[in-house]
Amino acid sequence: MSEPVLSVRGLVKRYGERTVLDGVDLDVREHEVVVLIGSSGSGKSTLLRCVDLLEELDDGQVLLDGRDVSDPRVDADVARRAMGVVFQAFNLFPHMSVLDNVTLASRVVHGVPREQAERRARELLTRVGLAEHATAYPDRLSGGQQQRVAIARALAHEPRLLLLDEITSALDPELVGEVLALVRELAGQGRTILMATHEMGFARQVADRVCFLDGGKLVESGPPEQVLGDPVHERTRQFLRRVIDAGRL
Amino acid sequence: MTGVVRAGVVSELHRERLAYRRSRSRRSTAIALVSTVVFAALVWVAVTGSPGWPRVRQSFFDPATAWRALPAVLDGLWLNLRVLVVCEVLILVLAVGVAALRTLRGPVWFPVRALATGYVDLFRGLPLIILLYLVGFGLPGLRLTGVPNDPVVLGGIALVLTYTAYVAEVFRAGIESVHPSQVAAARSLGLGYRKTMRLVVLPQAVRRVLPALLNDFVALQKDCGLISVLGAVDAVRAAQIQQAQSFNFTPYVVAALLFVLLAIPSGRLADALSRRVADRQGAR
Ligand SMILES: Nc1ncnc2c1ncn2[C@@H]1O[C@H](COP(=O)(O)OP(=O)(O)OP(=O)(O)O)[C@@H](O)[C@H]1O
Ligand SMILES: [Mg+2]
Repeated sequence: MSEPVLSVRGLVKRYGERTVLDGVDLDVREHEVVVLIGSSGSGKSTLLRCVDLLEELDDGQVLLDGRDVSDPRVDADVARRAMGVVFQAFNLFPHMSVLDNVTLASRVVHGVPREQAERRARELLTRVGLAEHATAYPDRLSGGQQQRVAIARALAHEPRLLLLDEITSALDPELVGEVLALVRELAGQGRTILMATHEMGFARQVADRVCFLDGGKLVESGPPEQVLGDPVHERTRQFLRRVIDAGRL
Repeated sequence: MTGVVRAGVVSELHRERLAYRRSRSRRSTAIALVSTVVFAALVWVAVTGSPGWPRVRQSFFDPATAWRALPAVLDGLWLNLRVLVVCEVLILVLAVGVAALRTLRGPVWFPVRALATGYVDLFRGLPLIILLYLVGFGLPGLRLTGVPNDPVVLGGIALVLTYTAYVAEVFRAGIESVHPSQVAAARSLGLGYRKTMRLVVLPQAVRRVLPALLNDFVALQKDCGLISVLGAVDAVRAAQIQQAQSFNFTPYVVAALLFVLLAIPSGRLADALSRRVADRQGAR
Protein backbone atom coordinates (compact mmCIF):
# COMPACT_ATOMS: atom_id res chain seq x y z
CA MET A 1 0.00 0.00 0.00
CA SER A 2 1.17 3.51 -0.71
CA GLU A 3 2.00 6.13 1.88
CA PRO A 4 -1.13 7.62 3.53
CA VAL A 5 -1.88 11.24 2.65
CA LEU A 6 -2.33 12.04 6.32
CA SER A 7 -0.88 10.18 9.22
CA VAL A 8 -1.47 11.24 12.82
CA ARG A 9 0.76 9.55 15.40
CA GLY A 10 0.29 9.67 19.17
CA LEU A 11 -1.25 13.13 19.03
CA VAL A 12 -1.67 14.83 22.42
CA LYS A 13 -3.28 18.22 22.91
CA ARG A 14 -3.86 19.90 26.25
CA TYR A 15 -5.64 23.11 27.16
CA GLY A 16 -4.19 24.00 30.55
CA GLU A 17 -4.81 21.02 32.80
CA ARG A 18 -7.31 19.37 30.46
CA THR A 19 -6.12 16.74 28.02
CA VAL A 20 -8.39 17.14 25.02
CA LEU A 21 -6.61 14.69 22.71
CA ASP A 22 -4.91 11.78 24.42
CA GLY A 23 -2.68 9.90 22.01
CA VAL A 24 -4.67 9.78 18.77
CA ASP A 25 -3.45 7.61 15.87
CA LEU A 26 -5.16 7.99 12.52
CA ASP A 27 -4.32 7.40 8.86
CA VAL A 28 -6.16 8.78 5.85
CA ARG A 29 -5.22 7.23 2.51
CA GLU A 30 -5.56 8.75 -0.93
CA HIS A 31 -9.18 8.92 -2.20
CA GLU A 32 -10.43 7.88 1.22
CA VAL A 33 -13.28 9.60 3.07
CA VAL A 34 -12.83 9.33 6.83
CA VAL A 35 -15.59 10.55 9.12
CA LEU A 36 -15.04 11.52 12.75
CA ILE A 37 -17.98 11.04 15.08
CA GLY A 38 -18.29 11.56 18.80
CA SER A 39 -20.25 13.56 21.34
CA SER A 40 -19.86 17.29 21.76
CA GLY A 41 -16.53 18.10 23.39
CA SER A 42 -14.91 14.81 22.42
CA GLY A 43 -12.20 16.65 20.52
CA LYS A 44 -13.21 16.36 16.85
CA SER A 45 -12.67 20.02 16.04
CA THR A 46 -9.46 20.09 18.05
CA LEU A 47 -8.13 17.14 16.06
CA LEU A 48 -8.90 18.87 12.76
CA ARG A 49 -7.31 22.10 13.98
CA CYS A 50 -4.20 20.19 15.03
CA VAL A 51 -4.00 18.50 11.64
CA ASP A 52 -4.20 21.91 9.99
CA LEU A 53 -1.41 23.09 12.34
CA LEU A 54 -3.61 25.81 13.77
CA GLU A 55 -2.77 24.54 17.26
CA GLU A 56 0.58 23.70 18.80
CA LEU A 57 0.82 20.00 19.63
CA ASP A 58 1.76 18.80 23.11
CA ASP A 59 3.07 15.52 21.77
CA GLY A 60 2.98 13.30 18.70
CA GLN A 61 3.27 13.99 14.99
CA VAL A 62 1.26 15.01 11.97
CA LEU A 63 2.64 13.60 8.72
CA LEU A 64 1.53 14.74 5.28
CA ASP A 65 2.60 12.35 2.55
CA GLY A 66 5.11 10.92 4.98
CA ARG A 67 6.63 14.28 5.88
CA ASP A 68 6.47 15.44 9.49
CA VAL A 69 4.85 18.88 9.26
CA SER A 70 4.39 19.26 13.01
CA ASP A 71 8.14 19.79 13.34
CA PRO A 72 8.67 23.42 14.39
CA ARG A 73 11.39 23.73 11.74
CA VAL A 74 8.81 23.15 9.00
CA ASP A 75 7.04 26.26 7.70
CA ALA A 76 3.46 25.69 8.77
CA ASP A 77 2.15 28.29 6.30
CA VAL A 78 3.61 26.24 3.45
CA ALA A 79 2.42 22.92 4.85
CA ARG A 80 -1.14 24.25 5.18
CA ARG A 81 -1.32 24.89 1.46
CA ALA A 82 -1.68 21.16 0.94
CA MET A 83 -4.90 21.25 2.95
CA GLY A 84 -8.25 22.93 2.47
CA VAL A 85 -10.43 23.58 5.49
CA VAL A 86 -14.10 24.40 5.93
CA PHE A 87 -15.18 25.34 9.43
CA GLN A 88 -18.49 25.22 11.18
CA ALA A 89 -19.24 28.95 10.94
CA PHE A 90 -17.75 32.44 10.61
CA ASN A 91 -15.82 31.10 7.73
CA LEU A 92 -16.00 33.56 4.86
CA PHE A 93 -14.42 37.00 4.97
CA PRO A 94 -17.35 39.41 5.21
CA HIS A 95 -15.48 42.37 3.72
CA MET A 96 -14.71 40.59 0.46
CA SER A 97 -16.97 39.54 -2.38
CA VAL A 98 -17.54 35.83 -3.02
CA LEU A 99 -15.05 35.96 -5.87
CA ASP A 100 -12.38 37.62 -3.75
CA ASN A 101 -12.94 35.09 -0.99
CA VAL A 102 -12.35 32.24 -3.38
CA THR A 103 -9.36 33.80 -5.14
CA LEU A 104 -7.59 35.30 -2.11
CA ALA A 105 -5.21 32.43 -1.41
CA SER A 106 -4.41 31.87 -5.07
CA ARG A 107 -3.57 35.54 -5.54
CA VAL A 108 -1.64 36.38 -2.39
CA VAL A 109 -0.17 33.02 -1.42
CA HIS A 110 0.36 31.21 -4.70
CA GLY A 111 1.00 34.27 -6.85
CA VAL A 112 -1.55 33.37 -9.52
CA PRO A 113 -2.48 36.41 -11.68
CA ARG A 114 -5.90 37.76 -10.80
CA GLU A 115 -7.45 37.03 -14.17
CA GLN A 116 -6.41 33.38 -14.10
CA ALA A 117 -7.46 32.98 -10.46
CA GLU A 118 -10.87 34.45 -11.23
CA ARG A 119 -11.41 32.19 -14.21
CA ARG A 120 -10.72 29.17 -12.03
CA ALA A 121 -12.88 30.57 -9.22
CA ARG A 122 -15.81 31.03 -11.57
CA GLU A 123 -15.47 27.41 -12.66
CA LEU A 124 -15.57 26.30 -9.04
CA LEU A 125 -18.52 28.53 -8.26
CA THR A 126 -20.36 27.10 -11.23
CA ARG A 127 -19.68 23.65 -9.89
CA VAL A 128 -21.14 24.51 -6.48
CA GLY A 129 -24.08 26.18 -8.21
CA LEU A 130 -23.30 29.78 -7.29
CA ALA A 131 -21.94 31.27 -10.49
CA GLU A 132 -24.41 34.16 -10.45
CA HIS A 133 -23.43 35.17 -6.91
CA ALA A 134 -19.75 35.78 -7.67
CA THR A 135 -19.88 39.49 -6.95
CA ALA A 136 -22.18 39.30 -3.92
CA TYR A 137 -20.94 39.79 -0.37
CA PRO A 138 -21.20 36.78 1.94
CA ASP A 139 -23.90 38.15 4.25
CA ARG A 140 -26.27 38.50 1.28
CA LEU A 141 -26.18 34.71 0.87
CA SER A 142 -28.08 32.02 2.74
CA GLY A 143 -26.19 29.82 5.21
CA GLY A 144 -26.09 26.91 2.78
CA GLN A 145 -24.83 29.12 -0.03
CA GLN A 146 -22.13 30.52 2.26
CA GLN A 147 -20.94 27.05 3.17
CA ARG A 148 -20.81 26.11 -0.52
CA VAL A 149 -18.66 29.19 -1.19
CA ALA A 150 -16.44 28.13 1.70
CA ILE A 151 -16.04 24.72 0.11
CA ALA A 152 -15.20 26.32 -3.24
CA ARG A 153 -12.62 28.46 -1.47
CA ALA A 154 -11.06 25.42 0.19
CA LEU A 155 -10.85 23.72 -3.21
CA ALA A 156 -9.35 26.70 -5.03
CA HIS A 157 -5.75 25.64 -4.54
CA GLU A 158 -6.37 21.94 -5.23
CA PRO A 159 -5.61 20.63 -1.76
CA ARG A 160 -4.32 17.10 -1.25
CA LEU A 161 -6.56 16.80 1.78
CA LEU A 162 -9.89 18.39 2.57
CA LEU A 163 -10.79 18.95 6.24
CA LEU A 164 -14.47 19.58 6.96
CA ASP A 165 -15.56 20.43 10.48
CA GLU A 166 -19.28 19.97 11.07
CA ILE A 167 -20.01 22.10 8.06
CA THR A 168 -23.76 21.57 8.34
CA SER A 169 -24.37 22.00 12.06
CA ALA A 170 -25.00 25.74 11.83
CA LEU A 171 -27.53 25.29 9.02
CA ASP A 172 -31.29 24.94 8.86
CA PRO A 173 -32.42 21.41 8.03
CA GLU A 174 -33.50 22.40 4.50
CA LEU A 175 -30.02 23.77 3.77
CA VAL A 176 -28.15 20.74 5.10
CA GLY A 177 -29.10 18.70 2.05
CA GLU A 178 -27.54 21.01 -0.52
CA VAL A 179 -24.21 21.10 1.31
CA LEU A 180 -24.10 17.35 1.89
CA ALA A 181 -24.91 16.73 -1.76
CA LEU A 182 -21.86 18.75 -2.67
CA VAL A 183 -19.65 16.77 -0.29
CA ARG A 184 -21.01 13.53 -1.71
CA GLU A 185 -20.08 14.73 -5.18
CA LEU A 186 -16.54 15.58 -4.03
CA ALA A 187 -16.19 12.17 -2.43
CA GLY A 188 -17.36 10.62 -5.69
CA GLN A 189 -14.60 12.46 -7.53
CA GLY A 190 -12.04 10.64 -5.43
CA ARG A 191 -10.99 13.48 -3.14
CA THR A 192 -9.29 12.70 0.13
CA ILE A 193 -11.49 13.96 2.94
CA LEU A 194 -11.36 13.98 6.73
CA MET A 195 -14.58 15.30 8.19
CA ALA A 196 -16.32 15.65 11.53
CA THR A 197 -20.09 15.39 11.50
CA HIS A 198 -23.19 14.67 13.54
CA GLU A 199 -25.07 13.49 10.44
CA MET A 200 -24.88 9.73 10.96
CA GLY A 201 -27.00 8.86 7.96
CA PHE A 202 -24.67 10.83 5.77
CA ALA A 203 -21.61 9.24 7.39
CA ARG A 204 -23.03 5.81 6.58
CA GLN A 205 -23.46 6.75 2.91
CA VAL A 206 -20.19 8.45 2.07
CA ALA A 207 -17.61 7.23 4.59
CA ASP A 208 -15.00 4.64 3.74
CA ARG A 209 -14.15 4.59 7.39
CA VAL A 210 -15.82 5.96 10.54
CA CYS A 211 -13.80 6.85 13.63
CA PHE A 212 -15.46 7.23 17.00
CA LEU A 213 -13.73 9.70 19.28
CA ASP A 214 -14.45 9.76 23.00
CA GLY A 215 -12.70 11.71 25.74
CA GLY A 216 -9.79 12.50 23.46
CA LYS A 217 -9.18 8.87 22.51
CA LEU A 218 -9.94 7.11 19.25
CA VAL A 219 -12.08 4.36 20.66
CA GLU A 220 -13.17 2.59 17.53
CA SER A 221 -12.54 2.79 13.84
CA GLY A 222 -13.73 0.76 10.88
CA PRO A 223 -16.15 0.56 7.96
CA PRO A 224 -19.40 2.45 8.55
CA GLU A 225 -21.59 -0.66 8.61
CA GLN A 226 -19.49 -2.07 11.42
CA VAL A 227 -18.94 1.03 13.59
CA LEU A 228 -22.46 2.38 13.14
CA GLY A 229 -24.24 -0.98 12.84
CA ASP A 230 -22.41 -3.34 15.12
CA PRO A 231 -19.95 -1.44 17.33
CA VAL A 232 -17.47 -3.36 19.44
CA HIS A 233 -17.12 -0.91 22.30
CA GLU A 234 -19.65 -0.14 24.96
CA ARG A 235 -18.99 3.62 24.73
CA THR A 236 -19.73 3.57 21.00
CA ARG A 237 -22.99 1.74 21.63
CA GLN A 238 -24.05 4.26 24.25
CA PHE A 239 -23.27 7.13 21.92
CA LEU A 240 -25.18 5.59 19.03
CA ARG A 241 -28.14 4.81 21.26
CA ARG A 242 -28.33 8.47 22.26
CA VAL A 243 -28.04 9.52 18.65
CA ILE A 244 -30.84 7.14 17.66
CA ASP A 245 -33.00 8.44 20.50
CA ALA A 246 -32.42 11.94 19.19
CA GLY A 247 -33.63 10.74 15.80
CA ARG A 248 -30.44 11.39 13.89
CA LEU A 249 -29.82 7.95 12.49
CA MET B 1 -61.33 41.58 2.49
CA THR B 2 -59.00 39.24 0.62
CA GLY B 3 -59.01 41.12 -2.65
CA VAL B 4 -56.27 40.27 -5.09
CA VAL B 5 -53.50 42.87 -4.97
CA ARG B 6 -52.41 43.66 -8.50
CA ALA B 7 -48.93 44.98 -9.22
CA GLY B 8 -48.80 48.74 -8.78
CA VAL B 9 -52.22 48.83 -7.14
CA VAL B 10 -52.31 49.45 -3.41
CA SER B 11 -55.13 48.24 -1.25
CA GLU B 12 -57.49 50.74 0.41
CA LEU B 13 -56.22 49.64 3.82
CA HIS B 14 -52.60 50.30 2.93
CA ARG B 15 -53.41 53.68 1.35
CA GLU B 16 -55.13 54.75 4.52
CA ARG B 17 -52.12 53.65 6.60
CA LEU B 18 -49.72 55.57 4.36
CA ALA B 19 -51.83 58.70 4.73
CA TYR B 20 -51.80 58.30 8.50
CA ARG B 21 -48.02 57.88 8.57
CA ARG B 22 -47.58 60.98 6.40
CA SER B 23 -49.77 63.10 8.62
CA ARG B 24 -47.87 61.90 11.73
CA SER B 25 -44.52 62.77 10.23
CA ARG B 26 -45.79 66.21 9.12
CA ARG B 27 -46.95 66.86 12.66
CA SER B 28 -43.58 65.81 14.17
CA THR B 29 -41.70 68.05 11.77
CA ALA B 30 -43.91 70.99 12.63
CA ILE B 31 -43.43 70.48 16.36
CA ALA B 32 -39.66 70.22 16.02
CA LEU B 33 -39.52 73.34 13.88
CA VAL B 34 -41.66 75.49 16.17
CA SER B 35 -39.86 74.41 19.35
CA THR B 36 -36.46 75.13 17.78
CA VAL B 37 -37.50 78.61 16.69
CA VAL B 38 -39.02 79.41 20.09
CA PHE B 39 -35.93 78.20 21.92
CA ALA B 40 -33.56 80.17 19.66
CA ALA B 41 -35.68 83.31 20.12
CA LEU B 42 -35.61 82.93 23.92
CA VAL B 43 -31.82 82.58 23.95
CA TRP B 44 -31.48 85.54 21.63
CA VAL B 45 -33.69 87.74 23.81
CA ALA B 46 -31.92 86.65 27.01
CA VAL B 47 -28.46 87.36 25.61
CA THR B 48 -29.18 90.61 23.78
CA GLY B 49 -31.37 91.84 26.62
CA SER B 50 -28.65 91.33 29.22
CA PRO B 51 -27.15 94.50 30.70
CA GLY B 52 -23.60 93.69 29.53
CA TRP B 53 -24.55 92.77 25.94
CA PRO B 54 -23.52 96.06 24.22
CA ARG B 55 -20.01 95.75 25.64
CA VAL B 56 -19.72 92.06 24.89
CA ARG B 57 -20.93 92.62 21.35
CA GLN B 58 -18.35 95.32 20.85
CA SER B 59 -15.41 93.29 22.15
CA PHE B 60 -16.32 89.81 20.82
CA PHE B 61 -18.51 90.36 17.76
CA ASP B 62 -17.18 93.44 16.06
CA PRO B 63 -17.53 92.98 12.27
CA ALA B 64 -14.83 95.51 11.37
CA THR B 65 -12.26 93.85 13.63
CA ALA B 66 -13.26 90.45 12.34
CA TRP B 67 -12.70 91.55 8.76
CA ARG B 68 -9.31 93.01 9.57
CA ALA B 69 -8.20 89.89 11.50
CA LEU B 70 -9.42 87.41 8.91
CA PRO B 71 -6.38 87.26 6.56
CA ALA B 72 -3.89 86.70 9.41
CA VAL B 73 -6.10 84.09 11.08
CA LEU B 74 -6.63 82.30 7.76
CA ASP B 75 -2.88 82.28 7.25
CA GLY B 76 -2.51 80.67 10.65
CA LEU B 77 -5.21 78.16 9.87
CA TRP B 78 -3.30 77.08 6.78
CA LEU B 79 -0.45 76.12 9.13
CA ASN B 80 -2.90 74.20 11.36
CA LEU B 81 -4.16 72.32 8.34
CA ARG B 82 -0.71 71.27 7.24
CA VAL B 83 0.19 70.16 10.77
CA LEU B 84 -3.11 68.27 10.92
CA VAL B 85 -2.54 66.33 7.71
CA VAL B 86 1.07 65.39 8.45
CA CYS B 87 0.28 64.42 12.06
CA GLU B 88 -2.80 62.39 11.13
CA VAL B 89 -0.86 60.33 8.61
CA LEU B 90 1.91 59.64 11.13
CA ILE B 91 -0.62 58.86 13.85
CA LEU B 92 -2.54 56.33 11.75
CA VAL B 93 0.59 54.49 10.69
CA LEU B 94 2.16 54.42 14.16
CA ALA B 95 -1.11 53.57 15.90
CA VAL B 96 -1.72 50.51 13.71
CA GLY B 97 1.79 49.38 14.60
CA VAL B 98 1.32 49.90 18.34
CA ALA B 99 -2.07 48.17 18.25
CA ALA B 100 -0.66 45.19 16.35
CA LEU B 101 2.17 44.88 18.87
CA ARG B 102 -0.32 44.93 21.73
CA THR B 103 -2.33 42.07 20.23
CA LEU B 104 0.66 39.74 19.77
CA ARG B 105 0.15 36.54 21.71
CA GLY B 106 2.69 34.26 23.32
CA PRO B 107 5.39 34.68 25.96
CA VAL B 108 8.09 35.47 23.38
CA TRP B 109 6.44 38.77 22.70
CA PHE B 110 6.04 39.81 26.32
CA PRO B 111 8.69 42.57 26.28
CA VAL B 112 7.32 44.11 23.10
CA ARG B 113 3.77 43.92 24.40
CA ALA B 114 4.78 45.43 27.74
CA LEU B 115 6.58 48.28 25.99
CA ALA B 116 3.56 49.07 23.82
CA THR B 117 1.24 48.91 26.82
CA GLY B 118 3.53 51.19 28.83
CA TYR B 119 3.63 53.68 25.98
CA VAL B 120 -0.16 53.79 25.73
CA ASP B 121 -0.61 54.13 29.50
CA LEU B 122 1.91 56.97 29.71
CA PHE B 123 0.84 59.10 26.78
CA ARG B 124 -2.86 58.59 27.19
CA GLY B 125 -2.65 59.73 30.79
CA LEU B 126 -0.33 62.70 30.27
CA PRO B 127 -2.21 65.99 29.75
CA LEU B 128 -1.43 67.24 26.25
CA ILE B 129 -0.57 70.75 27.40
CA ILE B 130 2.12 69.43 29.79
CA LEU B 131 3.52 67.15 27.12
CA LEU B 132 3.66 70.17 24.78
CA TYR B 133 5.77 72.06 27.31
CA LEU B 134 8.00 69.04 27.98
CA VAL B 135 8.64 68.39 24.30
CA GLY B 136 8.57 72.02 23.18
CA PHE B 137 10.89 73.45 25.80
CA GLY B 138 12.55 70.39 27.37
CA LEU B 139 13.72 68.65 24.23
CA PRO B 140 15.59 71.63 22.70
CA GLY B 141 16.91 72.37 26.19
CA LEU B 142 18.98 69.21 25.97
CA ARG B 143 20.94 70.88 23.15
CA LEU B 144 21.51 67.60 21.38
CA THR B 145 22.57 67.91 17.78
CA GLY B 146 19.85 66.95 15.34
CA VAL B 147 17.00 67.81 17.70
CA PRO B 148 14.74 70.28 15.92
CA ASN B 149 13.87 73.54 17.61
CA ASP B 150 11.10 74.66 15.30
CA PRO B 151 8.01 75.00 17.51
CA VAL B 152 5.80 73.62 14.73
CA VAL B 153 7.82 70.41 14.52
CA LEU B 154 8.05 70.07 18.30
CA GLY B 155 4.34 70.70 18.72
CA GLY B 156 3.66 68.12 16.00
CA ILE B 157 5.78 65.56 17.84
CA ALA B 158 3.79 66.09 21.04
CA LEU B 159 0.48 65.75 19.18
CA VAL B 160 1.62 62.57 17.46
CA LEU B 161 2.82 61.04 20.74
CA THR B 162 -0.49 61.69 22.49
CA TYR B 163 -2.85 60.84 19.67
CA THR B 164 -1.02 57.69 18.63
CA ALA B 165 -1.75 56.33 22.10
CA TYR B 166 -5.48 57.08 21.74
CA VAL B 167 -5.84 55.87 18.18
CA ALA B 168 -3.85 52.69 18.91
CA GLU B 169 -6.47 51.77 21.49
CA VAL B 170 -9.23 52.37 18.97
CA PHE B 171 -7.48 50.09 16.46
CA ARG B 172 -6.88 47.46 19.14
CA ALA B 173 -10.55 47.39 20.04
CA GLY B 174 -11.30 46.88 16.34
CA ILE B 175 -8.72 44.13 15.91
CA GLU B 176 -9.99 42.26 18.94
CA SER B 177 -13.59 42.51 17.72
CA VAL B 178 -12.75 40.40 14.67
CA HIS B 179 -13.77 36.83 15.42
CA PRO B 180 -10.77 34.48 15.97
CA SER B 181 -12.10 32.03 13.39
CA GLN B 182 -11.49 34.69 10.75
CA VAL B 183 -7.80 34.40 11.60
CA ALA B 184 -8.05 30.60 11.58
CA ALA B 185 -9.74 30.70 8.16
CA ALA B 186 -6.99 32.94 6.77
CA ARG B 187 -4.20 30.84 8.25
CA SER B 188 -5.80 27.68 6.92
CA LEU B 189 -5.60 29.15 3.42
CA GLY B 190 -1.85 29.48 3.90
CA LEU B 191 -1.69 33.22 4.61
CA GLY B 192 1.09 34.18 7.03
CA TYR B 193 0.65 36.42 10.08
CA ARG B 194 1.30 39.68 8.22
CA LYS B 195 -0.96 38.92 5.28
CA THR B 196 -3.68 37.72 7.63
CA MET B 197 -3.43 40.99 9.52
CA ARG B 198 -3.29 43.21 6.44
CA LEU B 199 -5.87 41.51 4.23
CA VAL B 200 -8.32 39.96 6.66
CA VAL B 201 -8.19 41.43 10.16
CA LEU B 202 -7.37 45.10 9.64
CA PRO B 203 -9.91 45.80 6.87
CA GLN B 204 -12.69 44.48 9.08
CA ALA B 205 -11.31 46.21 12.18
CA VAL B 206 -11.01 49.59 10.46
CA ARG B 207 -14.57 49.47 9.13
CA ARG B 208 -15.89 48.84 12.61
CA VAL B 209 -13.97 51.65 14.27
CA LEU B 210 -14.29 54.22 11.49
CA PRO B 211 -16.67 56.50 13.43
CA ALA B 212 -14.34 56.47 16.45
CA LEU B 213 -11.35 57.22 14.22
CA LEU B 214 -13.07 60.20 12.65
CA ASN B 215 -14.06 61.41 16.09
CA ASP B 216 -10.41 61.41 17.14
CA PHE B 217 -9.57 63.16 13.88
CA VAL B 218 -11.92 66.04 14.73
CA ALA B 219 -10.44 66.22 18.22
CA LEU B 220 -6.98 66.44 16.66
CA GLN B 221 -8.17 69.25 14.37
CA LYS B 222 -8.78 71.58 17.26
CA ASP B 223 -5.91 70.35 19.40
CA CYS B 224 -3.64 71.44 16.55
CA GLY B 225 -4.45 74.94 17.83
CA LEU B 226 -2.51 74.12 21.01
CA ILE B 227 0.83 74.30 19.24
CA SER B 228 0.38 78.06 19.64
CA VAL B 229 1.59 77.75 23.24
CA LEU B 230 5.04 76.97 21.86
CA GLY B 231 4.98 80.16 19.79
CA ALA B 232 4.04 78.69 16.41
CA VAL B 233 2.03 81.28 14.51
CA ASP B 234 -1.10 79.24 13.83
CA ALA B 235 -4.71 80.42 13.76
CA VAL B 236 -4.96 80.75 17.54
CA ARG B 237 -1.65 82.56 17.86
CA ALA B 238 -2.55 84.85 14.96
CA ALA B 239 -5.81 85.71 16.70
CA GLN B 240 -3.91 86.42 19.89
CA ILE B 241 -1.56 88.79 18.07
CA GLN B 242 -4.52 90.61 16.53
CA GLN B 243 -6.22 90.80 19.90
CA ALA B 244 -3.14 92.27 21.52
CA GLN B 245 -3.06 95.01 18.87
CA SER B 246 -6.73 95.93 18.96
CA PHE B 247 -7.69 95.04 22.54
CA ASN B 248 -10.67 93.31 21.00
CA PHE B 249 -11.45 89.59 21.37
CA THR B 250 -13.24 89.26 18.02
CA PRO B 251 -10.24 87.56 16.31
CA TYR B 252 -10.62 84.63 18.71
CA VAL B 253 -14.24 84.25 17.67
CA VAL B 254 -13.14 84.32 14.03
CA ALA B 255 -10.62 81.55 14.71
CA ALA B 256 -13.25 79.56 16.61
CA LEU B 257 -15.74 79.80 13.72
CA LEU B 258 -13.08 78.65 11.28
CA PHE B 259 -12.26 75.62 13.42
CA VAL B 260 -15.95 74.72 13.61
CA LEU B 261 -16.30 75.03 9.83
CA LEU B 262 -13.30 72.74 9.48
CA ALA B 263 -14.91 70.07 11.65
CA ILE B 264 -18.19 69.91 9.71
CA PRO B 265 -16.88 68.17 6.57
CA SER B 266 -15.19 65.50 8.72
CA GLY B 267 -18.48 64.77 10.42
CA ARG B 268 -20.34 64.47 7.10
CA LEU B 269 -17.52 62.33 5.71
CA ALA B 270 -17.89 59.97 8.67
CA ASP B 271 -21.62 59.65 8.01
CA ALA B 272 -21.11 59.04 4.30
CA LEU B 273 -18.40 56.43 4.83
CA SER B 274 -20.42 54.46 7.37
CA ARG B 275 -23.39 54.51 5.02
CA ARG B 276 -21.32 53.25 2.12
CA VAL B 277 -19.96 50.35 4.13
CA ALA B 278 -23.43 49.47 5.38
CA ASP B 279 -24.88 49.64 1.87
CA ARG B 280 -22.28 47.36 0.40
CA GLN B 281 -22.22 44.69 3.05
CA GLY B 282 -25.89 44.72 3.84
CA ALA B 283 -27.28 45.38 7.27
CA ARG B 284 -26.30 42.85 9.89
N1 LIG C 1 -9.14 27.18 22.73
C1 LIG C 1 -9.54 26.35 23.71
N2 LIG C 1 -9.19 26.59 24.99
C2 LIG C 1 -9.57 25.76 25.99
N3 LIG C 1 -10.32 24.66 25.81
C3 LIG C 1 -10.70 24.35 24.56
C4 LIG C 1 -10.34 25.19 23.45
N4 LIG C 1 -10.86 24.64 22.33
C5 LIG C 1 -11.52 23.53 22.72
N5 LIG C 1 -11.42 23.35 24.06
C6 LIG C 1 -11.99 22.23 24.82
O1 LIG C 1 -11.61 21.05 24.21
C7 LIG C 1 -12.66 20.11 24.23
C8 LIG C 1 -12.88 19.54 22.86
O2 LIG C 1 -13.41 20.56 22.03
P1 LIG C 1 -13.76 20.35 20.50
O3 LIG C 1 -14.18 21.66 19.96
O4 LIG C 1 -12.62 19.68 19.84
O5 LIG C 1 -14.99 19.35 20.60
P2 LIG C 1 -15.88 18.77 19.43
O6 LIG C 1 -15.73 17.31 19.49
O7 LIG C 1 -15.55 19.44 18.15
O8 LIG C 1 -17.32 19.17 19.92
P3 LIG C 1 -18.60 19.68 19.06
O9 LIG C 1 -19.22 18.45 18.50
O10 LIG C 1 -19.48 20.32 20.06
O11 LIG C 1 -18.10 20.63 18.03
C9 LIG C 1 -13.87 20.80 24.80
O12 LIG C 1 -14.08 20.37 26.09
C10 LIG C 1 -13.49 22.25 24.80
O13 LIG C 1 -13.99 22.88 25.95
MG1 LIG D 1 -16.56 20.87 16.88
